[in-house]
Amino acid sequence: MKIIVVGNGMVSYKFCEKLIAKAESTLFEVIVFGEEIRPAYDRVHLSEFFSGKSAGDLLMAPANWYSDNNITLHTGDPVQQIDRANKTIHSFKGITESYDVLILATGSSAFVPPIPGVEKNGVFIYRTIEDLEMMTAYAKKAKTGAVIGGGLLGLEAAKAMIDLGITDTHVIEFAPRLMPRQIDEAGSNILKAKLQLLGLKIHTSKNTAEITGNGCIDGMLFSDDTKIEVDMLVISAGIKPRDELAKLCGLETGTRGGIIVNNKLQTNDPSIYAIGECALFEGMVYGLVAPGYEMANVVASNLVASLNLPMNRETSKESANSEESAGTDGLQNPPLGGGGAVFSAYDMSTKLKLIGVDVASFGDPFVAGENCRSVVFEDTMKGIYKRINISSDGKQLLGGILIGDAEQYNVLLQTVKNKVVLPPNPEDVILGSRGGESDGGAGVLSLPDEAIVCSCESVTKGMICGAVTEGGCETIDAIKKCNKAGTGCGGCVPMVKDIMLHTMKAQGKYVRNVLCEHFNYSRQELFDLVKIHELKSYDEVLDHLGKGDGCELCKPPVASILASLWGEMILKKGNDTAQDSNDRFLANIQKGGTYSVVPRIPGGEITPDKLIVIGQLAKQYNLYTKITGGQRIDMFGAHLNDLPDIWGQLIEAGFESGHAYGKSLRTVKSCVGSTWCRFGLHDSVSYAIRIEERYRGLRSPHKLKGGVSGCIRECAEAKSKDFGIIATEKGWNLYVCGNGGSKPQHALLLATDLDDETCIQYIDRFLMFYIKTADTLTRTATWLNKMDGGIDYLRNVVVNDSLGMSALWEAEMQVLVNCYKCEWKEAIENPEIRKRFSHFVNAPEVKDPTVVFEEMRDQKKVRDWK
Amino acid sequence: MLATIEKNTTWFLACKANDVPTNGGVCVKYNNDQIALFHFARRGEWYATQNECPHRMQMALSRGMIGSQSEEPKVACPFHKKTFSLKTGECLSGDECSIKTYEVKVEGDNVFIGVSQL
Repeated sequence: MKIIVVGNGMVSYKFCEKLIAKAESTLFEVIVFGEEIRPAYDRVHLSEFFSGKSAGDLLMAPANWYSDNNITLHTGDPVQQIDRANKTIHSFKGITESYDVLILATGSSAFVPPIPGVEKNGVFIYRTIEDLEMMTAYAKKAKTGAVIGGGLLGLEAAKAMIDLGITDTHVIEFAPRLMPRQIDEAGSNILKAKLQLLGLKIHTSKNTAEITGNGCIDGMLFSDDTKIEVDMLVISAGIKPRDELAKLCGLETGTRGGIIVNNKLQTNDPSIYAIGECALFEGMVYGLVAPGYEMANVVASNLVASLNLPMNRETSKESANSEESAGTDGLQNPPLGGGGAVFSAYDMSTKLKLIGVDVASFGDPFVAGENCRSVVFEDTMKGIYKRINISSDGKQLLGGILIGDAEQYNVLLQTVKNKVVLPPNPEDVILGSRGGESDGGAGVLSLPDEAIVCSCESVTKGMICGAVTEGGCETIDAIKKCNKAGTGCGGCVPMVKDIMLHTMKAQGKYVRNVLCEHFNYSRQELFDLVKIHELKSYDEVLDHLGKGDGCELCKPPVASILASLWGEMILKKGNDTAQDSNDRFLANIQKGGTYSVVPRIPGGEITPDKLIVIGQLAKQYNLYTKITGGQRIDMFGAHLNDLPDIWGQLIEAGFESGHAYGKSLRTVKSCVGSTWCRFGLHDSVSYAIRIEERYRGLRSPHKLKGGVSGCIRECAEAKSKDFGIIATEKGWNLYVCGNGGSKPQHALLLATDLDDETCIQYIDRFLMFYIKTADTLTRTATWLNKMDGGIDYLRNVVVNDSLGMSALWEAEMQVLVNCYKCEWKEAIENPEIRKRFSHFVNAPEVKDPTVVFEEMRDQKKVRDWK
Repeated sequence: MLATIEKNTTWFLACKANDVPTNGGVCVKYNNDQIALFHFARRGEWYATQNECPHRMQMALSRGMIGSQSEEPKVACPFHKKTFSLKTGECLSGDECSIKTYEVKVEGDNVFIGVSQL
C-alpha cells in the first residue's frame, strides 16, 4: 500500500510512528512531504527555543529516522496539487507521486484578524521556528512589545517576548478574560494579577482597531480610542486550519475552515484522510496535540487492519506499548473487527506553565446549574485559585480550574475521566485532607489500571505499572522508551513518576507474602481461590491449591478462611486437626496444659443468676476466676476432660461460647450508657449487645474487639478497639482499626452521626473487607497501616462504596450471621467431637496426672514452668 | 545389635485406629508414661513420640498440629510452635532439645506402639 502524507508536523510524525509500530514497514510505502525545511519538531515546546534549546533538540526524530524506517521524506517541498481522479499529487519541487491512501496532516496557521496595518514590519505570528528566528532578530531593536490574544498561545507568545528581553509587554485580549476557553472570570483575575507581577500589562475587553507606524509598527490604536506605543507585535489570536489544498481538489470543508472528516478521519473521498489541526470533526477543530495523536493512531490502526493483517503490536488504544509485544504472539490477535478504531469527541483538558504560573483546566471547567455544585478556593496572597465542579450528590467530579498550583491536575483529570468516587469532603481533593493524614499518592493508587495517564500516547496506568514490574523500568526515561508515556505534552510526567515509584515501592516491599512452603499464595489470594473453587475442608484446599502435607503455618489460616467463607462448624469435615489447639478444643490452652473457659457475656451485661452459675461452676471444678479486659469472666484451670461437662452446664444456664479461643470476635465492650448514666446520650449497652450478637463466632485473620460508648467521655475505651462506636447528639461516630497490644493505636474516625442501621452496615463492609484482604494474624490496625491511602482509602471503600462491593459484602455477612450456632452446643451434642475431649485415648476417665496446682490469694494457680 | 533391639521391643495395644483423628494425634497412657500417637493419614503413616514437649516440659505434643517440612513429617507443639521430626525426634526449629520416638504398627483395627526395653 502506498501512502502519501501531506505535511510533516507533530501529528504527521506520529502517524508514521504509529504505522510502523503496528506493521512491518515493508508492507507500506510511505512518502511524506513537508513544507518546512526541518523534519517534524515539537511545536508544543517551541518557547523552549528561547531558553536554550536548539532547533535540533526540538526535532521529533532525526532525519535518518525516516529513511531507517523505509519512509521517504521530502522537506521544504509542499504538495501543491491533488489529482483525486488519478490518485496523484504534485509537489512544489515538481515531484509527481501516485497514492493508494492520502493523509492530509497540513496543520494550521495563525489566524490573523483583518486589522489595518498587520502587514507592517515588526508584526509577527508565533507558529514556526522561522517565526521565532525572525522575532529574535527583530527583538534586538525593540523595547516594548504587545501580543494580540490572551489565550493559551497568546500567553505563550508573551512569555517568548519576555524571554527575548522585552520586559515591557502588553497582552491584548478581546474577550473580558484571559484564556476564555479554559478558565473563568475569577481564575482569570488571579492569573492576571500574577502575570502583572511579572511585568506584563494585561488588557481585556480590548479590541485592536489599527496598527500604526510608517512601514514599521510604532503603536496600536484600540476601538475605545486608547492607544499604546509598541515596537513589536505578535499576533496569536487563534488558529486557522490549513485546508486550502483540500478545497482546491474539491474536498468538503467547513464554512469556518477545516477539512470535514468522519469518525475514521476520512474525508468525503474515502482514499483521503485528514488528521490533526486541519481536520474538522463534528464541527470542531482540535487545537491540541493529544487529540491529533489520537487521530493519527486511529488512521494507522485502520490502515493496518484494512490489509487484513494481524494487528502486530496491540490494538489501537494500546499501540504505544510497542516493542515487547511484537513478534509471533501477535498472530493470535484477530484483526480489528466490525468498524475498527474510531475517533470520538476528545477531552480538551490542559495544563501548562505560563510564565512560571501553573494553569490547568479539566473536564467541564464552567459547568453550572442545578445538577452541579462548585467548590472554590481562592488565595489572592499567593495567587492560587482552584475550582472544582461536582455533581449534586457529591460523588462525581465534573471538571475544574487550577491556577497558581496545578499539582493535583493529573489526579483530578483521572478522577473525572474514570468517574472515581470523591471522598466525603470533596474539597479535600484540592485542599488536601486536613485531618492530619498524609496520603501521598492515594489519588494515583485509586485509579483503575485502564485509566489513561498519558493521553498523548494513550498509555494506561496498567501499562506503566507493567513497564516497571515486567519491563524493569526504574526511571522516567526508561518508561518513556518502553511505552512512550510522557513523551507528548509531558504533562503527565509527574503522574507517571508517581505510579512508577509506587509500583517500585510495592515491588521492593513485596516479598511475596505466601503462607508457607505448601501454598504459593498470600492469604488474600487463597481466600479468593477457596471461594471460587468452593472448597470446604483443609484437605480439599491442600489437594487443589497446595502441595505436600501442610503444616502449622498454613492450617490455621486455611481453617479460618473456610470458617469465614462457609460459616460451618469448625470441627467438622476433618477440619478439627487443621485448627490451632485452642480452636480444636474450643478453649484457651494455658500453662500446664489445662484450659480456660469464657462464656459470652455480651456488652458485659450479666444477671445475678448467671453470675451465681459461674460462681458455682468455678467452685465445682476448682477453677480460678478473673474478670477479663473485655468485661467477662474467665475460668482457668479446667482439665480437657471436664470441658464438655462445664459447657453443658453453662449452656443449660443460657450461656454460649465466648470464642475467646478463636481468631474471631471477642467482645463488644460498653459503658453503662443512657439507661443509668446521667451523661449518656444513647443506650450503649443495648447497642453493644446487638453488635456483639451480630458478629459472634465470625472468623477473621486475627481477633476482633469492639466497643460502644454512650458519650464523648468514652468510658468503653472504644477507640482502642478494632471498631469503636461513640454516641453523638445525632447518632453514632464510627472509629476503626484501633488496637491495644504491643503497639497501641487509636482507632480513626470513619464516619460520623450514623443511625443504628447505617453504622452496622458500615461495620459489615469494614469487617468483610478486612477478612478478605488482610494477611494472616494481622490485626486491623496493622492492616490499615499497610494500606496505601490509609483511612481515606478505607473510607472511600466502606462509606462511598468505591469498589462497588458493599452490597455483596453485606449479603455475605448476613449469611454468616444467619448461620451462627454455638460451637460448644454442637460439640457436646456430637459424640464424635465430644470424645476428643479426653486426655488419654486409652483411659478417657483419667485426667492428666502431671498437672499440679498451687495456692495463691485463696485461689489456685498452676505450678510455674521452668 | 539391631537384633537385640528388636528382641527387646514390647508392643502394646494403644487404641483402635479410628480413635485417632485423621491427620491428628491422641495421647496414649502407657504405665506412667504419656505417648503421643499420630495418624498421618495424608501419607498413610503412623508415628508415636513422647507427649511432653521438651521446651517447657508440657504434656501437649499430642494436641499439636502435624505436617511436613520439605519431606520430613513433623509435629508442632501448641504452646510455642516448636516443631519436631516425627521420624527422628529432632527439633526442627533450631533448638537443642529432641523428643523420643516410638515404632507403631497397625494390625486390623488395632494400633500397637513398640516400646524398647533396653
